[in-house]
Amino acid sequence: MMENAWLIPLFPLVSFVILLLFGKRLKEAGAYVGILMTLASLVFSILVLFERFSEPSYIQKFEWLKIGDVSLTAGFEVNQLNALMLFIVSLVSFLVHTYSKGYMHGDGRFPVFYAYLGLFTFAMLGLVISPNLLQTYMFWELVGLGSFLLIGFYFYKEEAKAAAKKAFIMTRIGDVGLFIGMILLFWKTGSFEYSEIFSAVEAGGISQTMITLTAILIFIGAVGKSGQFPLHTWLPDAMEGPTPVSALIHAATMVAAGVYLVATMFPLFAASKTALLTVATIGAFTAIFAASIGLVQTDIKRVLAYSTVSQLGYMMLALGSAGYVAGVFHLMTHAFFKALLFLAAGSVIHAVHTQNIEEMGGLWKKLKWTAPLFLIGTLAISGVPLLSGFFSKDEILVAAWEGGHPILFVLALIAAFMTAFYMFRLFFMVFTGEARGNQNHVHESPGSMTLPMLVLGVLAIISGYVNTPWFGSFLGDWLVDGNEKLGHGHMEGPIWIMIAATVVSLAGIYLAWLIYGKRSVSRNWLSGSGDTLHTILYNKYYVDEFYQMTVVAVTKGISYFLRFIDVFLVGGIVKGVVGFVQGLGATGSKLQNGQVQTYAAVAFVGLAILTVIFALTGGYLQ
Amino acid sequence: MSSIPASAFLALALILFCIGLYGALTKRNTVIVLISIELMLNAVNINLVTFSKYGAAPSIDGQVFALFAMAVAAAEAAVGLAILMALYQRKKTVHIDEMDEMKQ
Repeated sequence: MMENAWLIPLFPLVSFVILLLFGKRLKEAGAYVGILMTLASLVFSILVLFERFSEPSYIQKFEWLKIGDVSLTAGFEVNQLNALMLFIVSLVSFLVHTYSKGYMHGDGRFPVFYAYLGLFTFAMLGLVISPNLLQTYMFWELVGLGSFLLIGFYFYKEEAKAAAKKAFIMTRIGDVGLFIGMILLFWKTGSFEYSEIFSAVEAGGISQTMITLTAILIFIGAVGKSGQFPLHTWLPDAMEGPTPVSALIHAATMVAAGVYLVATMFPLFAASKTALLTVATIGAFTAIFAASIGLVQTDIKRVLAYSTVSQLGYMMLALGSAGYVAGVFHLMTHAFFKALLFLAAGSVIHAVHTQNIEEMGGLWKKLKWTAPLFLIGTLAISGVPLLSGFFSKDEILVAAWEGGHPILFVLALIAAFMTAFYMFRLFFMVFTGEARGNQNHVHESPGSMTLPMLVLGVLAIISGYVNTPWFGSFLGDWLVDGNEKLGHGHMEGPIWIMIAATVVSLAGIYLAWLIYGKRSVSRNWLSGSGDTLHTILYNKYYVDEFYQMTVVAVTKGISYFLRFIDVFLVGGIVKGVVGFVQGLGATGSKLQNGQVQTYAAVAFVGLAILTVIFALTGGYLQ
Repeated sequence: MSSIPASAFLALALILFCIGLYGALTKRNTVIVLISIELMLNAVNINLVTFSKYGAAPSIDGQVFALFAMAVAAAEAAVGLAILMALYQRKKTVHIDEMDEMKQ
């Protein structure tokens, strides 16, 4: 089966091509094309995953380009991480395809939406089976394109257009770092292959400085894609896209590509303490930074977006603390519960036609399926015991503690408290209390939307049990599989960490309940709306404004200057030349007046002049 | 044999040519222009005959050439007048400055 893994990305590509060619004719039936094709990918991915449990990794490549002595290869690789990612991506993609059938019903560009989804799924699946950096980079950019197209799907909305451009440009900034890092590695090792790069690193063929430099450059690419500080601002804006897209791309798969990249390149990072510390610091800072913004946002999708940024920071923190297993484990559980939360949020938006949580409330009874599923996702992300998020978050905290970063550990713990608080703030404001907005036509979503949520809900509960301190760390042992470069399958941490994590998350939930559920504590208890702290958080620490004033203003200044040169200097010269030639032509055309006598006179004068010249020079022209 | 020098003939030809050229370049009436062209041709003929008699290598060729030139001039005048007639029928004018169709 594994030798046929290359087929997995091709199914969505076929769906993309079919919908591109026949989309107009298929109309909403086009959904079935997309759903069937992603189902095929999912079935293959599951088969590959199960085969990988018992058999060694499979890699196949062929020569693609030969330049002098250097030959570039293309191919595919199925190792533990790739097989797991194949499963996650194809599963979430399949569920989102199914969900979109109900959510996008009635949209004029329905087939186009499915075509874009197919393109994105193709790119993402291609990304996770690439055996070398160059191929990864190509799919990396394709994924960015898919994200751009889908964020800008409602291109007639100015905000969507701006958000799409912002996402593309911000991630491009990171991609430049990745590209430079990739070229440096190629220069030093002569190969893009992961295996050759790692063996060169291990053999000490690269200087320590170069390892640190390339690792950090590659991490910059991951920062852009995974929305880490300081390139995080595009991710919340990307919520302008349709909600299923937010679930698929901006929660479960594409933004996790940065984490995946760091995990894939982990042996390189592991060779440099500085690089690891950078990853961990950025991750921990992003986790608490984004979580604090999430505390005050009022748009349901934006709260989830900041929570995504924060959770991605967690994964980076885990990887940076040498907790390879913890990072990948959280990547998996997060994909399930965050996709669930987004799909449930989409279901809520579908029902009440607003994204502002101030206008919701009291939806628990009206949305019989969505509400409990949302609660499951909320419990999972908050790290309540026995759900998936609890186990993976615990792994990360242990990794941070054992990695010797007590400050980062405390930051992560505070971020966990905030996460539990803002997620339950969201839950209580949306589902409890009395209705605050216009809720006349609230209805539960169709089965095509609730079923995918149900599947994800089950996974959000049980997926943590593949790697627990109590029932054995199956996932961790399998992921590491004796490769000591990746660390241990399971980290033994002090028991108080687990207790602390539980206490912190329950405390967050309790505080949220006191304020938003029971309302025994005023909402303005710590900082009311209009207060300095609230204003700063609500405006996201003014990062956007800061970029606007510095980077954007400087760039605009330079471009105005260049425009001035273009218009006045270059344009002036061009206009001068044009004017001269035009004048010449106008004078010349006056001679052609059709008066035969004028012609004759001119000819005679010319003859006379020639004669005079001949007479003066004696018939010889020098 | 003769006391008239060659320069006298050449001066006559020059004067005749200049009159013809002046007429061809300035007159509006096309008939006058054609007549002026005949004058210029005849000035050339005088030159031919003169050099045939007084040239550095006297030969009958020049006189023969003058006869040819006269025949061609007669034919040219006939064609020119025919064109002028056709133009006059179309445009009801013989003024040469109004005949600028070639410009278009």
